[in-house]
Order: sequence, then structure tokens, then C-alpha cells
Amino acid sequence: MKIRNREEAQKGGLNMTSMIDIVFLLLVFFVMTFKIVELEGDFSVRMPLAGSDSVTMDPTDLPLKLRLRADENGKLTSMSLNEIDLGTDFNQLRVNVVELIEGTAPVEGEDGPEIEIDTDYNLRYEYVISSITAVSGFKDGNEVVKLIEKIKFAKPRR
Amino acid sequence: MRVESKKVDLAEGDLTPMIDMVFQLIAFFMVLINFAQTESNDRVKLPSSQLVKPPEVPLEFPIILHVAKDGEIILGGDDYTAETLRVGLQKELAVIKAQGKTLEDANVVIRAHKDTAAGDVQEVIRVAQEQKLQNFALRVKEDNS
Repeated sequence: MKIRNREEAQKGGLNMTSMIDIVFLLLVFFVMTFKIVELEGDFSVRMPLAGSDSVTMDPTDLPLKLRLRADENGKLTSMSLNEIDLGTDFNQLRVNVVELIEGTAPVEGEDGPEIEIDTDYNLRYEYVISSITAVSGFKDGNEVVKLIEKIKFAKPRR
Repeated sequence: MRVESKKVDLAEGDLTPMIDMVFQLIAFFMVLINFAQTESNDRVKLPSSQLVKPPEVPLEFPIILHVAKDGEIILGGDDYTAETLRVGLQKELAVIKAQGKTLEDANVVIRAHKDTAAGDVQEVIRVAQEQKLQNFALRVKEDNS
């Protein structure tokens, strides 16, 4: 038997079986763990606790108020911006925001317009994100036109 | 015995091209694999938005809160509710304070499931506000369509 082994080694060269085993294991591992990376980004919301802000509120500089209403399944039923009823159309919301903040020069930074989102408790979160998307800007070709950067939430409704 | 060894010879093809391909595949998947995805959570499916862009500089001192569909909050592998989240946040804040930073440096990243109730997210923000945190980031998926 020993002699045969020697002969085999000489004939076939290296024994590849174990390497191929490992290589296939590696391949399977990487294929299984492979996940296409989804790019993510943030909407920033700056919300100090009410009362802690030392800056006195200018009464003429009140935030826009966006009210979102939901049915019992969490579906959006209606929206209103400063009491203007908008139905459920986010494009309409964006058009109204553009009209309302037109003329206010500094859009960026701390002095830009502010919006307060007041939503029903059970509204699905994706509608909130859609409304935040609509009020914070729009895409003009490849460029993003910014509208409102200061976003805050009203107190949760129970 | 000879007959047996002949059979083996017949069955052995040239393995070189196959091994070449397999190594190529391994190299491809190795390069594309992303271990930095530890931030994500299987229970959270983010909503998407066309406006967000991946940040150029990562947020400083992030506190990542996953909000599952049922409103349960996951922070650092532990499950919390809106009532018990305070305890978890205080642990995180202790770490931040130990690094000599103030609460204004901390960023609360909220990764909420798209079907979770908006009120649950508001509750999370409220609890964090009570801990004097004020910078929040709502994490969303980039939508290129």
C-alpha cells in the first residue's frame, strides 16, 4: 500500500481535494453574507426640550404647522398646513410650502423657516418621512433645492 | 489495484480553470462584503426618501435607536420600551460624559421601521429630550428611483 501511495502522488501531483473544500466553503460564506448595500441618509431634527431655549421667541416668527391625520389603520387621511387643507397629496404640500416661504431670504442655517409636525399617534412613520421630504426640499434635475431645514415635532397625541 | 487507479485518473479533469473562477468569485464577494453594516437591524425596514444623501462625515457620538414595527426600541442589542428607554440612554450618556463631551455633542440616530406608529417615534424623541439630548437624526434609505 505504501508503494501505491507513492505512485499516486507522483502521478497526480498535489492533492487538491482539501483546498477545493475550503475554497468552496469560503465561497458559500461570502455568497450567503453578501447583501447589496443600501445607502442611507439622515434628516436632522433639532429639538431642545421646551423651555430650555434661552432665546426669546419672536411672535412674528412662528413655525408653520403641519397637521397629519390618520385613520385607525395608520393610513394618512388628510393633511393641513397652517389650516390650509391639502388632502393627501405631498406635491400639493410642497407647492404650498414654496408659496408660504417665498420671500424669506435666508433658507439655510438657524434663521430659516421652521415647521412643526403635529401627527396622529397611529399614523405610519413612512407618511411622516414623506411629508418631511416634501417640506425640506425637492429635486431639480440632479440638484436638491432646499426649502425648510428646521423641523420639529409637536407633542405626541395619545 | 491498478484498475482502480486508472479510474481515478479518468475522473480527474484539469481543475485549473475552475479554481481560477472560484478564486475570482471569492475575491469579488470579499471586496463587496460590508461588515460596517452592524448598524442595521433585521427588524427595521427603513422608509425611503429621494432627498437624503449619505453623510460625508459620519455623525459624532451617535446613539443608534432602532424602533421596530411594534414600537419596541433596540439600543445596543437590548430591547426597551418607551418607559424603560431612559435607563438605556443613561448608560450611553455615561459613556459620552466619560469621554469628556457634553450632551450637545451626542446625536440620536433614530432608525424606525416604516410601518411603525409615528407616535412611537415621537415618544422616543420625548424620552431622549428628557435626558437633555437635542440632536436627532431620522435615518432613511436613499431612493434613487
